[in-house]
Amino acid sequence: MSTSTPVQSAAGVRIAGLRKAYGENEVLKGIDLDVAPGEVVCLIGPSGSGKSTLLRCINLLETPNAGVIEVGGFTATDPEVNIDALRRRVGMVFQQFNLFPHLTVLRNCTVSQVKVLKRPKAEAEAIALRHLEAVGLGHLAHRFPGELSGGQQQRVAIARALSMDPELMLFDEPTSALDPETVGDVLAIMRKLAQDGMTMVVVTHEMGFAREVADRVVFMDGGVVVEQGAAAEVIGNPSQPRTQDFLRRVLDPTHVGLEAE
Amino acid sequence: MSMTPRQKARVSQGIQIGVFALAILLVVFLANWPLIIDSFFRFDKIGGMFPAVILTGLKNTLFYTLTSFAFGLVLGLVLALMKTASFAPYRWLATAYIEFFRGIPAILVLLAFGLGMPLAFGTTWPQWVNVTVALGLSSAAYIAETLRAGLQAVPKGQMEAARSLGMPHWRAMVTIVIPQAFKIVLPPLTNEFILLTKDTSLAYILGMMITQYELTSFGRNGITEYGAGMTPLIVAGALYLVVTLPLSFLARWFEKRSAQVSRPQRAKKLTATTTKEA
Repeated sequence: MSTSTPVQSAAGVRIAGLRKAYGENEVLKGIDLDVAPGEVVCLIGPSGSGKSTLLRCINLLETPNAGVIEVGGFTATDPEVNIDALRRRVGMVFQQFNLFPHLTVLRNCTVSQVKVLKRPKAEAEAIALRHLEAVGLGHLAHRFPGELSGGQQQRVAIARALSMDPELMLFDEPTSALDPETVGDVLAIMRKLAQDGMTMVVVTHEMGFAREVADRVVFMDGGVVVEQGAAAEVIGNPSQPRTQDFLRRVLDPTHVGLEAE
Repeated sequence: MSMTPRQKARVSQGIQIGVFALAILLVVFLANWPLIIDSFFRFDKIGGMFPAVILTGLKNTLFYTLTSFAFGLVLGLVLALMKTASFAPYRWLATAYIEFFRGIPAILVLLAFGLGMPLAFGTTWPQWVNVTVALGLSSAAYIAETLRAGLQAVPKGQMEAARSLGMPHWRAMVTIVIPQAFKIVLPPLTNEFILLTKDTSLAYILGMMITQYELTSFGRNGITEYGAGMTPLIVAGALYLVVTLPLSFLARWFEKRSAQVSRPQRAKKLTATTTKEA
């Protein structure tokens, strides 16, 4: 993993008054959130709190109903914005990996470089291989995704996103679908990426990772930001009752049942 | 007397085999075999069908099938994309087309084109164009539904991942979604091809020149030509099977292969064999 070069992340995110509803169901009820260039922000919170929706609004996989999102000079919420140009600078890693099963690992990492960035094939492959080596999977470049384990697939997904030279990386519960023994590899790669200076927004349930790597932890519940701050404060010493309750459940799940009685 | 379930099953199977054997024996002994052979199996009399029934008939059947399938596939893909489009009028238009052409017999379309177009528009294009367009229009409706199902079977995450990598919608469709959809629908698409092979037999109703005859025309005309009863139809039927049976096996093979790929354990086995070969 020492082969990867430090990234100069120029892109930050500014979110103001963001609202998103599906019909009657309002999922995001006015979110304000700034992410500085090079900052690592972890979004935590119970399921249904809107954290994944917030993440997916940043690269417009979901269309916000109201509010402003600015990503590295683009105003994502401007109706005239070039969505594809914005997304080229924002890498996304999904819970279910979403590798292209009909393409080899290498072509997964080169297809968009060639078709979208118009890079020559040889250059695209060199870049892809560099990122695959960096996640320790250079030797699997000519396999198909279906032949890889979940952890390996997720590492390929990260290499695929990085091959586009993004200035911001979004992670949507990247380890939730993994076997426990492969979670560590993926988190190690993300930790390295954070150390290299990538701007990252990570939706996660890995409190250990958030505490160690995040510059800031944002706790969401019911479509609002309840509490945010340094990881040690929010996770170690939360001030809001809802945060305290959530963390108690997550960090010590076996005690919840006993307390309820 | 009580029997175990196994004994019951054995007795029931014995009865079934007995009834079946009896039916066969009745047919064998009671049928008028000389008459049957004279009506269906006078292969000695139909030597004149060859080699034209293969060189012209089989060739034309394959030719009509391929041209109308190509036409139907292109139109079907357009319709399938329209049917899954977010722009509602596209969906309405595609639905109207599909419902219309699925609801009327292909032979009506064929007659309308083969007989109606020259009358109404003074068209003088060759008969095979009429067959291609008519069968293509009609099969496009079925192919469109097949492809639509394939497009919708590709997980939504594939489109999202492609869009997240900066691909415009059309590019994500062409490079990521459509190739996967085709893989999924390969077995039903092969079945469409088989159906179309048989539907080309309708072309005989248009009354064509002998060089345009397909298998059914040869079979139909042979009945009056050789005095061999229905033997020419048997020949035509056998030649259809020469085309459709291999395709049937192919479809089943596609099905088996796609089932293997989608199962992770099989994928591991696949890895093991590839490394052994390498």
